[in-house]
Amino acid sequence: MIRLRAWCLTPSLLMLGGLFLIPLAIIFSYSVLSRGPYGGVEQPFTWENYARLADPLYLSILLRSVLYSAIATTVCLLMGFPLALFISRSGPRRNLYLSLVALPFWTSFLVRTYAWMFLLRDTGLINTTLQSLGLINEPLPLLYNPFAVMIGLVYGYLPFLILPIYASLERLDKSLLEAAADLGARPLTALMQVILPLSMPGIRAGSVLVFISCLGAYLTPDLLGGGKTIMIGNVVQNQFTAARDWPFGAALSLVLMLFVMLLLMPLLRRKEGGLL
Amino acid sequence: MDTVLELQQVSKHYAQHKAVNDVSLTVPRGSLYSLVGPSGCGKTTTLRMVAGFEEPTSGAMLLNGERIEHLRPYERNVTTVFQSYALFPHMTASANIAFGLHRKGTADITGPVSKVLDLLQLAGKESRYPHQLSGGEKQRVALARALVLEPEVLLLDEPLSALDPQLRKQVRTELKALQRRVGITFLMVTHDQEEALSLSDHIAVMNKGKVEQTGPPHEMYLKPATRFVAGFLGPVNWLGNTGIRPESTELSATPPQGPSRRATVRSAMFLGNCYHVEATLEDGSVMVSEVQRENHSFAPGQTVYVYWLPQDEITL
Repeated sequence: MIRLRAWCLTPSLLMLGGLFLIPLAIIFSYSVLSRGPYGGVEQPFTWENYARLADPLYLSILLRSVLYSAIATTVCLLMGFPLALFISRSGPRRNLYLSLVALPFWTSFLVRTYAWMFLLRDTGLINTTLQSLGLINEPLPLLYNPFAVMIGLVYGYLPFLILPIYASLERLDKSLLEAAADLGARPLTALMQVILPLSMPGIRAGSVLVFISCLGAYLTPDLLGGGKTIMIGNVVQNQFTAARDWPFGAALSLVLMLFVMLLLMPLLRRKEGGLL
Repeated sequence: MDTVLELQQVSKHYAQHKAVNDVSLTVPRGSLYSLVGPSGCGKTTTLRMVAGFEEPTSGAMLLNGERIEHLRPYERNVTTVFQSYALFPHMTASANIAFGLHRKGTADITGPVSKVLDLLQLAGKESRYPHQLSGGEKQRVALARALVLEPEVLLLDEPLSALDPQLRKQVRTELKALQRRVGITFLMVTHDQEEALSLSDHIAVMNKGKVEQTGPPHEMYLKPATRFVAGFLGPVNWLGNTGIRPESTELSATPPQGPSRRATVRSAMFLGNCYHVEATLEDGSVMVSEVQRENHSFAPGQTVYVYWLPQDEITL
């Protein structure tokens, strides 16, 4: 049994070792080299790439990314928690609702983001409908702004919040809610005093997932922000493509990773044993 | 008799199933009242309707003479000790106990909490979380949490079933003593007839959603109204419509004076405090007897005479 248990770890170890640790080492080695003329990296060794990160430009983009990610996570929480609660109380229809939450994953994220462009643009469904109803004369500026990026982020990552919260609500012993009511707690009090504290593991896990995903997002700000509302992910992407500055891109992504780890350290250190 | 809780023709029907069917009960104030019956008899559903977790399909429930069947659980002055205890895992023992007092907006929280902690011998455990408490301690916290609100009726759903058998008998005695001391009406659900007989002032035996009989334990045991009640509260030998309990029978190797029945011993088991003898009567039916060990020893195949006192007979 013990031997079988050890073998169960093997695929993950191979996967992490081969597809995570080694690429990470490659990225690190890139980050301390100089840029090649057409992309790629060259000698000599240098810390220069890290020094360039002190530029206020990157710092402000990073701060904006953190802010956007925090707002998107909050909006996801405000929408996702009630929905997860609704689904967990839906009896036999739960599975139907859960599949609806997971339904968007059936098509590519890129296609779905383009669909949002078609909805939000000046000649898109929303603006033409409002115009033909005579509610507005000029199209509303829905696309290529922070608002559109926020819609994209919330839309894209909401399921990552609903599912963990649903899982922890599902585990919640129903008799605890009966006990709360029995002891005089009205539904809202029971929600705040019992349901919410006991679903914190799911809320934490979901928030971390959404926050990290948002912080690394580049497709959404690129397409829906129209290049005007760039986030840190776009800067990284840009270094490897248009700017052909791989070492700087590598340094940037490593620092971003460290930053996320520092941010999440308090969560990982929880004494009840980890993130979840 | 001062009645605290009354159920009048209460029914709970689900789509295909009558869980509780026309149940009427009168619970005297300050008594320990047990609903007892096999699983699926509707006793738990009845309790849950009193708590407010289920709404009756029809009928009335009166607490101190006032209709409560449409009140939400948090609007009723009854509290529940859950079978699984349902302690809030993120709160300490004392926070669990104080929960209801906070909801009521009681000004003095610490006074009643420490009083009930003492009453249930939980002093020193107040800052422990449920997962740090033993089974017996969890049960006492659950009792304390429900008692501290001084409910009109305390509902207990199979309160002893989650305890290990050795602890169960001890807690049974303590539970009865606690009820006497606090004077609060306890309405308890159990499937264990011994528990019901030993603890209760009154018993209602339920079967298939209906109440078969109510009354004090000894009366129910000695004068059951139906064959089901007789059999549920303890083993009975039936001879037509006459029943006789195994411990009421006597066995003799020689024909006794007065009426007796001749039988052949099928098996005899020594149980320590008595012999458990199964004997076949001449009509082929089996008679179970429990006889004092000093009287006899019996071997399979032996001929015996079974007799009993007429007043010990159960007649339906």
